[in-house]
Amino acid sequence: METILLRNIGAKDAHTLAVYRSRGGYRAWEKTLRELSPEQVTAEIRDSGLRGRGGAGFPTGMKWGFVPKDSPKPKYLVCNADESEPGTFKDRVLIEKDPHAVVEGTLIAAYAIRCHTAFIYIRGEFAFGSRRLQAAIDEARAAGYLGKNILGSGYDLDVVVHRGAGAYICGEETALISSLEGGKGWPKVKPPFPATHGLFGCPTVVNNVETLAVLPWIIEHGAARYAALGTDKSKGTKLFSVSGHIRRPGVYEVELGYPLKRFLEEDCGGVPNGKRLKGVIPGGASMPVLRADEIDSVRLDYESMQQAGTFLGSGGIIVMDETTCMVKAAWNIARFFAHESCGQCTPCREGCHWIEKIFHRIENGRGAAKDLDLILSVSGNIMGNTICPFGDAAAMPAAAFIKKYRAEFEAHIERRQCTVLPS
Amino acid sequence: MAVEFSPQAREKFSEIVRRYPKKEAALLPVLYLAQQEFGYLSSEAIAYVAQIMDLPVARVYGVVTFYTMLNMKPIGRYHLQVCRTLPCALAGAERITAFLESALRVKRGETTADGKFTLSEVECLASCGTAPAMQINDDYYENLSEEKLAAILQSLP
Repeated sequence: METILLRNIGAKDAHTLAVYRSRGGYRAWEKTLRELSPEQVTAEIRDSGLRGRGGAGFPTGMKWGFVPKDSPKPKYLVCNADESEPGTFKDRVLIEKDPHAVVEGTLIAAYAIRCHTAFIYIRGEFAFGSRRLQAAIDEARAAGYLGKNILGSGYDLDVVVHRGAGAYICGEETALISSLEGGKGWPKVKPPFPATHGLFGCPTVVNNVETLAVLPWIIEHGAARYAALGTDKSKGTKLFSVSGHIRRPGVYEVELGYPLKRFLEEDCGGVPNGKRLKGVIPGGASMPVLRADEIDSVRLDYESMQQAGTFLGSGGIIVMDETTCMVKAAWNIARFFAHESCGQCTPCREGCHWIEKIFHRIENGRGAAKDLDLILSVSGNIMGNTICPFGDAAAMPAAAFIKKYRAEFEAHIERRQCTVLPS
Repeated sequence: MAVEFSPQAREKFSEIVRRYPKKEAALLPVLYLAQQEFGYLSSEAIAYVAQIMDLPVARVYGVVTFYTMLNMKPIGRYHLQVCRTLPCALAGAERITAFLESALRVKRGETTADGKFTLSEVECLASCGTAPAMQINDDYYENLSEEKLAAILQSLP
């Protein structure tokens, strides 16, 4: 398969402007400015079928199309580089190793929505990545790719790197906007949507790093070539981050629709040490786990994952072998969400902590038979009752672990200890 | 005790504020600057930031307490932040933290008596493919093992 997103990864000094340009970098940006109107860029991306790669999978061109053209307010483009979903580390690779692709994509998207100040919101922990991006922006500015009157087009655009300070919730687009406005990362009620009332109350588009990094390729090679890859509704390629009990962990680029089982066994080398597969979390820790016996016909695309009762999410695949205690795994994820709940909505603020406490007491041999239904009840009362999708993201995995591995949870409660063989 | 930016930090402050369409948006980078300047964000530092940002103290305090990377207590010269989330946990993160606790003779969340090390557990660092992982201050250390940790601790002056 032709690599699109990883095309520059591995090339020596690919993070520098000279190498990026020698590999075709900024040709798409030059073409955009010389040949395409913002509407044409939007149409091209809409035709490519590209869907947001941050986790929600919303069609990118359609998202841009919601930005009002006649608004007198400034428009903002924000690159969401707050990659924090457990099991996901693909954006970090792009940011650190191919920062100019992220910058060029940001420029193209900004142009499409007629934005003159774009922000890259990067999680605070990515200090190295933020320096890489800033260096790329400085090089691009010196080369005339951003700033005033870019390449004589009359178009002005500046890009500002903004570091977060440690908060998973800021990956949610309205929380990111609150944070970028100088506040706590509290999500906002939608509607109104950011496309009309976003950053500083102005029309705003928030796009994931991977979504933006693929734009130069699509503009250069055309929507049709991108749309020819993948499945009917899941076009193109996507990055998958693979971690856990797997022989070759790492970031892979895969044509959407590729079989999950084949991917894990052949591409990633399968479960090491002669152990058997027990479960796979396919789209980051907030997505429902799949049992080993459920993955046979699952494909790496949005629709197939939904048919299997889970989601493609961020493409963060966490593999667990037969030595994994699912009670401990569920507690670990519950603890993550209890720690990261922003505290704004009562069902999530209270519920995430209850779920964590109950899993913890089961793990420590102090659970009661009724605890499993109690977690399902708390989880059900969080689902759909919060301002942002964080509540669902915390509730879904908790419920899925119990439903998929109920016998193991019951045995753990009854024997007051883990029943899984140690590794 | 009143705190104040050095002339260099004051210059940096003006440069940061100029980047944003609204001054308030500069709060996080200004808090980073204050943390760098004062070591941590004491009540006095928070009051000072509030004053130069034209914001109520409570507003700044709310932001400082929301984010994990903004410290309201002094931390060690080396801040060891071990990831504890699932992919790192599957790769033995608990062993890593336990090793550091015994090597440094502190519990997680504590600072060594000489102020050299602070040991913390943190959530996912996006280093899952190279687990277990930690950060020391801003730098990543990945594929950790006990042997590797011993060498890392020795290498820190």
